[in-house]
Amino acid sequence: MSKRMKTILVWVGAAILGFALIQIAILTGWITRYYEMTLMLILINIMLAVGLNLIVGISGQLSLGHAGFMAIGAYTTGIVTKMMPNLGGFALGILGGVVLSGIVAYIVGIPTLRLKGDYLAIATLGVGEIIRITILNLDITNGARGLSGIPKLATWYYAYIVALLIILVAANYVNSSPGRATISVREDEIAAESLGINTKKYKMIAFMIGTMTAAVAGSFHATYYQLIVPSQFDFVRSIDILIMVVLGGMGSLTGSIFAAVFLGLLNHFLADYGAFRVILYAIALILVMIFKPSGLFGRKEIKASKLFNWKKKEASRS
Amino acid sequence: MLEVKDLTVHYGAIEAIHNISFSVKEGEIVSLIGANGAGKTTILKTISGLIQPTNGQVSYYNKAIEKESAKQVVKEGISHVPEGRHVFGGMTVFENLEMGAFLRKDKEGVKSDLKRIYSYFPILEERKKQDAATLSGGEQQMLAMGRALMSRPKLLLLDEPSMGLAPIYIQSIFDIIKEINKEGTTVLLIEQNAKVALQIADRGYVLESGEVVQTGTGQELLESDAVQKAYLGG
Repeated sequence: MSKRMKTILVWVGAAILGFALIQIAILTGWITRYYEMTLMLILINIMLAVGLNLIVGISGQLSLGHAGFMAIGAYTTGIVTKMMPNLGGFALGILGGVVLSGIVAYIVGIPTLRLKGDYLAIATLGVGEIIRITILNLDITNGARGLSGIPKLATWYYAYIVALLIILVAANYVNSSPGRATISVREDEIAAESLGINTKKYKMIAFMIGTMTAAVAGSFHATYYQLIVPSQFDFVRSIDILIMVVLGGMGSLTGSIFAAVFLGLLNHFLADYGAFRVILYAIALILVMIFKPSGLFGRKEIKASKLFNWKKKEASRS
Repeated sequence: MLEVKDLTVHYGAIEAIHNISFSVKEGEIVSLIGANGAGKTTILKTISGLIQPTNGQVSYYNKAIEKESAKQVVKEGISHVPEGRHVFGGMTVFENLEMGAFLRKDKEGVKSDLKRIYSYFPILEERKKQDAATLSGGEQQMLAMGRALMSRPKLLLLDEPSMGLAPIYIQSIFDIIKEINKEGTTVLLIEQNAKVALQIADRGYVLESGEVVQTGTGQELLESDAVQKAYLGG
């Protein structure tokens, strides 16, 4: 069996195992409805964090407008599924959100991706706010009251599968030739350009994939919580997602997944402690930034191939 | 092969170079020398399509390229090693070299070029699995040159290859430039270190505040009084 096949099998196995474990936990009543909300939040956060990591970690463009693109997906799906309350409408809503988000990302990307560092951060922050305020003032989105009575179409297993797909897309992109080009732009724009790499193009590709996955996450948000209001997609939400990316390690997809799970669980188990939760949350972040400023995983990934190497080392030792 | 005519480039309102003309013939090493701010880097960036000129022509094999994108220029066989060791940290030496062949589709050719580059720079082969950011300055310069050669250029543009390097590295880098040239790559070199640059050059141009003030063979310029006074310290 080739090493690649083995790697794929390990990941597929891990995905199925995770699915089975959750399913068993639900069937045996260990995961209650309340726990299921946390599970859903974690899955949505994984979609968001992996997508934002493509933009911030892989292409090196600091974006603070991720929640805005999430809102585009949430509202598109909310509006479509209220008219078509079935799975077809759900799929159509996701698709519509992804396309709309991609178009918006392309239009705002042309001027903003020419900026760097803090300038880009402020520009994307503005974009996120513009999206939110536009939604706040449109009739079709019902303004500040938001959309309620959205049919509940998202289930945790759809979210699980879609989150896996997003991870797959992101991981494949990072390891592809355009992905390599994107990383080279992050590392050194001048050198990348001098090698004939179209730096604007690859920044745009990463930005668009990231924002499109945010729209998917928004679609799940809308059809699970059934109520969406513009204030859910404000600047603080963007920062929440960014925290996951930074905590897990910018440039590490498995780091983002880990951080989304970790922070989701932390929030869940500290929910009873009220304000104390926020303090612990902040302390956890500060500790990570002191002892591991590049995030828990840095730029490293958990790789299935390392498992084989480790086994080999063990074998050669004994 | 390369003909630059009346080239003028502005950064905003500031004129960086003014009516510069020079030529590079196939198989030559040509050095442009001059002090800081003479416009050397601007010239290379204009040739490689990183910036657009306000006026003048750059023709390559009799074809105008001054309006082309950097990608197009690389495809046509001009490779630019930017000033100051721009290697990709976080990628291994090998991955850096791979990036140099980004636009190429011929896998076999890339493999044989990789071997050739390892033969110029054996240290890169030794460190091929090492993070490029952990290389020393001289090694990074070698990597940047090796990476540029991976696109199999006909014309190599080198921006200050000696910058910040120990004398022992400078000598070996210039020896390798000569070797690369002997094997058929034309080299356009810009340098502040006029002495080494002129020693290996077939011809040279002296730039001063954006204009060519003197030209000749490498030897002639080395012996010229003006160059001696300005760059070689009497």
